[in-house]
Amino acid sequence: MDFEKYLRIDKLPHIWCPGCGHGTILNLFIRAFAESGLDQDKTVVISGIGCSGRATGYLNFDTLHTTHGRAIAFAAGVKMANPGLNVVVMTGDGDGSAIGGNHLIHAARRNIDLTVILFNNQIYGMTGGQFSPMTPTGDQATTAPYGNIDQNFDLAKLVEGAGGGFIARGATHDPRQLKKIYLAALKHKGFSFVESFSQCPVSYGRQNKAGDAVEMLKKQQEDTVSFKKWQELSFEEKQGKYPLGILKEVENPESEYTESYQKIIKKLKKEEAF
Amino acid sequence: MKTKIFKPKKSAVLTQGNQAVVEGALAAGVEFFAGYPITPASEIAEGFARELPQIGGKFLQMEDEIAGMAAVIGASLAGKKAITATSGPGFALKQENLGFATMIEVPVVVVNVQRVGPSTGLPTAPSQGDVMQTRWGRNGDQEIIALAPSSVAESYELTIKAVNLSEKFRQPVVLLLDEVIGHLREKIHLKSKEEIEIYNRKKPESNQNSDQFLPYQLTDDLIPPMADYGSGFKYHTSGLFHDQSGFPDGKKETAKFMQDRLHNKLHNNLDQIIFYEKNIRSDDNAAVLSYGSAARAAISTVNTARKDNLKAGWFKLQTIWPFAEEAVAELAAQVDTIIVPELNQGQLIREVKKAAAGRAKVIGINSYAGDLIRPEEIRALLEEVL
Repeated sequence: MDFEKYLRIDKLPHIWCPGCGHGTILNLFIRAFAESGLDQDKTVVISGIGCSGRATGYLNFDTLHTTHGRAIAFAAGVKMANPGLNVVVMTGDGDGSAIGGNHLIHAARRNIDLTVILFNNQIYGMTGGQFSPMTPTGDQATTAPYGNIDQNFDLAKLVEGAGGGFIARGATHDPRQLKKIYLAALKHKGFSFVESFSQCPVSYGRQNKAGDAVEMLKKQQEDTVSFKKWQELSFEEKQGKYPLGILKEVENPESEYTESYQKIIKKLKKEEAF
Repeated sequence: MKTKIFKPKKSAVLTQGNQAVVEGALAAGVEFFAGYPITPASEIAEGFARELPQIGGKFLQMEDEIAGMAAVIGASLAGKKAITATSGPGFALKQENLGFATMIEVPVVVVNVQRVGPSTGLPTAPSQGDVMQTRWGRNGDQEIIALAPSSVAESYELTIKAVNLSEKFRQPVVLLLDEVIGHLREKIHLKSKEEIEIYNRKKPESNQNSDQFLPYQLTDDLIPPMADYGSGFKYHTSGLFHDQSGFPDGKKETAKFMQDRLHNKLHNNLDQIIFYEKNIRSDDNAAVLSYGSAARAAISTVNTARKDNLKAGWFKLQTIWPFAEEAVAELAAQVDTIIVPELNQGQLIREVKKAAAGRAKVIGINSYAGDLIRPEEIRALLEEVL
C-alpha cells in the first residue's frame, strides 16, 4: 500500500490527539481510494471546520478547507461546475448535523454525486468538548456541566428522509468493514453518505470517564450491531444500539443532479439547431 | 409544453437593470450562477436560470444564501467564472463566505440589489443602506471592490468590469445596485464579442512540476496564478492564514505578510479599479457627488441649474470601494461645497468628509425610508450654498 502517494508526508505528524479515531478514518479512506481506481488528479476533497476539517491538509489531492458547516455547499459548486471531478466531503458531526445540517439534507435530496464522509465523535473536539447534536442525552460536556438534556438523533435516518441513495454507517472499531463501505460509497453514482463513528478520548472521553481509546472502541462495539443482525432484533433490543453497514443502496444514476442538468443543456442545443 | 424558439440577440434592447446584469455577466464569460431567491434581486436568478443552460453553463438554486455563496466559490475553484445575486438580508448571510473568498483569493462577483433595511425592512423600495455593510460586514480587516451602477446601461457595463476585476485581482467584487436600478427599464446596446475586453485569471503554466507548485506564490504583481481543480496540481486552500504553499501557518509574520499582500495587490493598482465620471468647470463653486440611483437626480439637477447660471458641477462614483480618496480630495480643493445625496442616513459621506479634510464644506441629503431623492431638494440646497 503506497500511502506516500496519497498523503502529504511533509505535513505529518497530524494534529489529532493520541487515541483519536480520525487517523483511522483517513487511513481507511486512502486504502479505499487506492482500490477504487479513481483518478487522484481528478479528485477534490473538501472539509469544514473542527478536527475533521484538518483531514484535507494531509491528503494529496486538490483540497479545500472551508468554513464551518459549509463543505457540502462548496462541494456542490465544484461538482456542478465540473461534473468530471470526483468530489469527496470530509465533515464532522458539528458541521453536518448542526451548523451545516441544511446542506446535508439538500445535497441528499438533489442526489448530487458527492461522497460525504461524516466523522462522528459525538462532541465538538477542537473547541474543547462542547456538546453536539450527536452527544447522547445525559452525557457531560463543557456546555452541559449538569448533563446534556438535548436529544441526539439518527443522522442516517435524516439522510434517508431526504432521499439519499447510498447511506451507510461504519465505526473505527471495525476498520475492515469501514474501508469496504468507503469503497462502495466512492463507486456509487449519486449522493452517498457514510456516518463514521470515531472516538474522542480527550475532549469527550475525559469528562465522561469513558477511559482510553481501547475502552472507547470496546464500548463502540457494544453499542453497534451489523445491519443484518439489526433487522432481526426486536424493538426493545434495538434501543441504544446502532446498525452498521450499508443501510440503503439504490442505484438511480438517471436522477443524479449533474446528469439531469446535462439533459437540459442537450435538449436546448437540439432546439437551437432547428 | 411549448419550447422556446431561439433567436439571435439584437444589439439594442429595452431591458431592466437586473436583466442587464445577466447580459453583462454572460458577455464577460460567466458560466455559473448559484443563489437563493430574494426581492428585489430575483430577476437576476431567473435570468441566469433561463440563459445559462442555453450556453452550456450551470445554474444552481441553493437551499440558502450561505450555500449560494459557497457554491460560487467552489465553481470558481473548478475553473468557471461565477456570480451570485442577493439583497441586503441575504448579503448579511453571505458575509462569512465572502471573507473566505477574500482570504483564499477566489474571483467571484456578488450582486446586491439593495432594499431598505434594517432587517426585512422595505423589500420593494430602493436604498443605498448596504454601502458600509459591503465595506465592513466581515470579520477582520480586509479590502473589497464594490461598483455601483446608476443606469441600466451602466449595470451592463459595470457587471463586465466587475467580472474582469475579480479575475484580474483574484478578488471578490460586489456590484451594488438598488431596487430602482434593478427594476428600471431603459434601452441599452449589447456589445459584440469584439467590442468587449475580457480578462481571464492568470493560470500556472504547466503541471510538470506540480510538487513544487506554490498556489499562493509571491509574484511581482502580488497576484498568484490560480490552478483549476482537476488540473493536476493537487494543492491545498484554507481560510486559516497560510504561507505560499497554501498550508496553514500560524506565525504572526505570515499573518502580517499575507494581510499586507492582500491589501497591496489592490492598492498598488487603484488606477485600474477606481472609476468615476465628473463634470466640474473651473468656476464651479459647488459639486453634487453621488452614486447609484441618487446620481440620476444629482446630474439632472446640475444640468438644469447650469441653464440658470448656477455654478455647480457633478461627480459620479462608479467604484465605491476602494474609495476614490485622491479624486475627492482634488474635488474638495476645487469647490467650496460638496453635496452628497444618498439613500441612507449618511454612509459614504463619511469618506467624502475624510477625503475633503476641511477643504470644502460637505453636506448630505438623505432619504432612507424608500423614497428617492428629488431634484428639487438638491436644487434648493444648491441655491442655498451658491
